[in-house]
Formats: sequence, C-alpha cells, structure tokens
Amino acid sequence: MGTKRQILSHAFKTAFPNTIPIFAGFTFLGMAYGIYMNASGFSFLYPMLMSLTILAGSIEFVTVGLLLGPFDPLGAFILALTINARHLFYGISMLGKYRVSGLKRLYLIFGMCDESFSVNYMADIPEGVDRGWFQFFVTALNHSYWVLGATLGGLLGHIVEFDTKGLEFIMTALFIVLFLNQWMKEKNHHSSIIGLTVSATCLILFGSSGFIIPAMVLILLILTVFKNTFTKAGVVS
Amino acid sequence: MTMNVHEHIITIIAVILGTMATRFLPFILFPADKPTPKYIEYLGKVIPAAVLGLLVVYSLKDVEILTGSHGIPELISIAIVVVLHIWKKQMLLSIAAGTVAYMLLVQFIF
Repeated sequence: MGTKRQILSHAFKTAFPNTIPIFAGFTFLGMAYGIYMNASGFSFLYPMLMSLTILAGSIEFVTVGLLLGPFDPLGAFILALTINARHLFYGISMLGKYRVSGLKRLYLIFGMCDESFSVNYMADIPEGVDRGWFQFFVTALNHSYWVLGATLGGLLGHIVEFDTKGLEFIMTALFIVLFLNQWMKEKNHHSSIIGLTVSATCLILFGSSGFIIPAMVLILLILTVFKNTFTKAGVVS
Repeated sequence: MTMNVHEHIITIIAVILGTMATRFLPFILFPADKPTPKYIEYLGKVIPAAVLGLLVVYSLKDVEILTGSHGIPELISIAIVVVLHIWKKQMLLSIAAGTVAYMLLVQFIF
C-alpha cells in the first residue's frame, strides 16, 4: 500500500499551501461565529455541530437569529435556499471538474463552500498529482479550519479578547487574487466584467441583504442573450 | 416563545437541507453519466469568471460608503492587493500584504 500512501501524501502536500489563507480567515471568522453563539447563550456544541453540518458562513450567522426567534422550519429552509443560491452557479461550473465518484464525490459537493469552490476551480493541479484527492484535501482542510474556529470560539467565548480587527479582509483579498488569476488567464474579459459590474450595480440598487438573487438572474440573462457573441468572441474555448 | 432543543434541531436540519439543495441540485439535474445539454456546458464555461466577480462584491457588501471611513481603507488595501499581485504573482504575498495593510489602516488610522 506504499503507493496509495504516496499518492495521498503527494496530494495533501500540494493541496495544503492553497488553503493557508483560508486557514487564517476561517479560524478567525469561525471564532467570531462561535463567540457570537456563545454570547447568544448557546453551548459550544451548537457552533461545533452547525459548522460541521451546514458549512456555509453567512447562513450560520443568520441561523443564530432564527434559533432565537419563533419556530419556523419552512422559513429557515427558504432563507437557506435564498442566501446560498450562488452555490447553484458553483455546481454548474464544477459539473465536469469533480471527476471522482462515490462518497468522495458526495463529500466534494457537500463541502462546496465559496472558498473550496474557488480554490478547486482555479487550482492548476500539477501533473502527477491525483485530482480527486487534491480536491478532497482542499475541501476537508477548509472544513476542518471552519469547525476548529467555531468550536474554539464557542468554548473560549468569555475569555477571548479580540484585537484582530480587520483580519476578515483576508477573504476579500483571497477572492480578489482568484479573480485576478482568472483575469490573467482568460482570452477575453466579458464574463469577468459582467460579474463585477452587475453585482456592484445590484448591491447599490437592492442593498446588501437582497442583491445576490437579482445579480444572479441578471448575469444569467446577459450570458444567455449574448451567447452567440461570446462564443464567437472566443470566451469559450 | 423560546424554542426547545428539538425545535432547534429541526430548524438546523431545515437550514442544512436548504444549503445542500443549492449545492447538489446541478449535479442531480445533470448527472455525470449523461451528456450535459450544450447550453449548460456553455454556462459552465462562462459563469466561473462572473461568479468570481460576484464573490469579490459579496465579500465587500457590508462596507459603508456613505458613513464611517467611506470605504477608503478597503480601496487602499484592494489597490495594494491588485498592484502586488499583477507585479509579483505570489498569491500568499498579495493576500498577506493586503490584509496586514487593512488591519493597520482600520486599527490605527481610521
């Protein structure tokens, strides 16, 4: 089984550096979330189990409010669908990229948060590194950072003094870098520009809590209407 | 008024189901063993670039332009990330420098 072990350790060593910024961002944001739950009167088991099973930052923060309000599971379901609708786009982008099967595939889809999607989508996996295991380790490492942060925050909520103000910018920096990598890679910037400008316009028009769905619909509409132009322009190789 | 533990668990399960629906739906609608419609294949190629743009905006959605520091620390830090990344192309360096700059700006200057 030496070869199997070699494949695994090679994939792990290649995947890990890609997750370092997320380690910093997730332990920090996860702790903020755990502390928030602790301050709202919940045991550390709540942030620990919720970060393990939901694995989607913004809806987990929102769920704290839901748990403190009146019992409304249907409302909670619909809210989760709406807040996380952007994952639909990730799935469409990864249809051909998660080329593994079985449990590993289910786990990759389960763990497809913003960060695991964008790192796995943009990663230039070197020749000789197992694709499926690389994607698995990126997803599992990110997942574990998030659970670690949330659990620590839930446990240490009373003690921790926060002087890490501004560290949350690490996620913005990560997405900007990934956006630039895509920009430098593509022959043509139609889709990047559409994504940026449509989202910014919708944010101004609809505000921070309701802009994602209109932005997604508009992006989809523009990409569909101009399908022939973009195909000819060579956006699609 | 306040929920009991069972109601908590049901609420959390509802959130899990809603979240997982958004992650699994494309893979259920377009399974790997069947040919994907041409239109969806096209979307799969053009959407990622747009979605990365959406994520950049999403991560900045709570920045207050009209009040507080008017988004100036964000603008400076974004400029640092962009310039450094185009110049050096070192992912970790660009992210670290931008984040440290942002932390110094919001802690000491703004």
